[in-house]
Amino acid sequence: MLFKKEFIMEKKSKPSLRLLWELFFTLFKIGLFTFGGGYAMIALFESEFVSKKKWMDHEEFLNMVAIAESTPGPIAINSATYIGYKQAGVLGSALCTLGVVLPSFTIIYIISIFFDAFLAISWVASAFRGIQACVVFLILNAGVKMLKKIKRPLDIAVMAATILCVVLFSVFAIKFSTIFYILIGAAIGLASYFIAKLKNKEKEESTK
Amino acid sequence: MIYLELFLTFFKIGLFTIGGGYAMIPLVREEALNFGLTESEIMNFIAVSESTPGPIAVNMATFVGSSQGGILGSAVATLGVVLPSFIIILLISALLKNLLKYAGVNAALSGVRPVVAGLILATSITMFLSVVLGLGTIDDGVSFDWRAAVILGIVWATSFGYKKWKKKAVSPILLIVTSGVLGVVFYEFLK
Repeated sequence: MLFKKEFIMEKKSKPSLRLLWELFFTLFKIGLFTFGGGYAMIALFESEFVSKKKWMDHEEFLNMVAIAESTPGPIAINSATYIGYKQAGVLGSALCTLGVVLPSFTIIYIISIFFDAFLAISWVASAFRGIQACVVFLILNAGVKMLKKIKRPLDIAVMAATILCVVLFSVFAIKFSTIFYILIGAAIGLASYFIAKLKNKEKEESTK
Repeated sequence: MIYLELFLTFFKIGLFTIGGGYAMIPLVREEALNFGLTESEIMNFIAVSESTPGPIAVNMATFVGSSQGGILGSAVATLGVVLPSFIIILLISALLKNLLKYAGVNAALSGVRPVVAGLILATSITMFLSVVLGLGTIDDGVSFDWRAAVILGIVWATSFGYKKWKKKAVSPILLIVTSGVLGVVFYEFLK
């Protein structure tokens, strides 16, 4: 029942305006200066939250990263919401999330207004044709990094089947939602967990 | 109603992106193609999202939203992609502190991880087919673009060499700038 007590406490103490502003401004700064998304941000989060502001200790930081990684959504948003809630409740989490999103939003919106006109310049279009080859590499690289973490034979089979299906369906223009792949993956994960559990039970019973 | 559609689409993307950043690219690509964007437009958006600050997911949502519905479109798309995270993290930190300790949740997540890796790798393969071989679907036929293949080779060699030399990964922005210069050289001057 520990968490209930904390929850009430957090609700009772009203966050000061100063703290709210500080939360917003810190997250705004992080949003403005991190390139390359999620994982690049984690380092900056650590230096701001743990070293400078002392909003959390190292252990809680690792806990936060674990939650941010294994829940849906961008890691940066998850971390911002988490730290905001810890420091100043729901209002704090809303301000932190707004802070981390606002720089991206503003910059990309301004770029998007001029982007088509920019691409109409012949050499810019050529540069972007070159960049597209680079995007292929960046995505491949991100995939290979994840691939290296996969060890179990079942997981390798699931991954290979996913690749095969997606590429074939795409080439033959068959529609199959990406979400289904993710749901099937979750189902396989659950099924393999329960099968392993049943097998262990049987073993225990047979040894008795 | 384009705004509602954008909001719901990106809410769905936010909800099913597990594993951060690149994990959402297969989802965004699929939905962006449904909105009528082309593969090369999507890749341009990815390149810009990578070379501007902020989470890729937010950048992509703002970009696609703006292309479909102006400023309001980009606002609802961004709100959509952020909201699932926001709600779920609030729930976890306020009420479900032990959610990630349940074996079932972990089992499901461990099943999702190889799928996400597969989706990302498959996306890079379909993009490779489109950029280097001009192949979108089987009806397109193959047209080999040697320039793209050479640029891809140089980018790979640069990244590989940098890692050997400096013992750390090269910044994606440096690779994007390099490939942009190569693009100008190959497609403007070596026509």
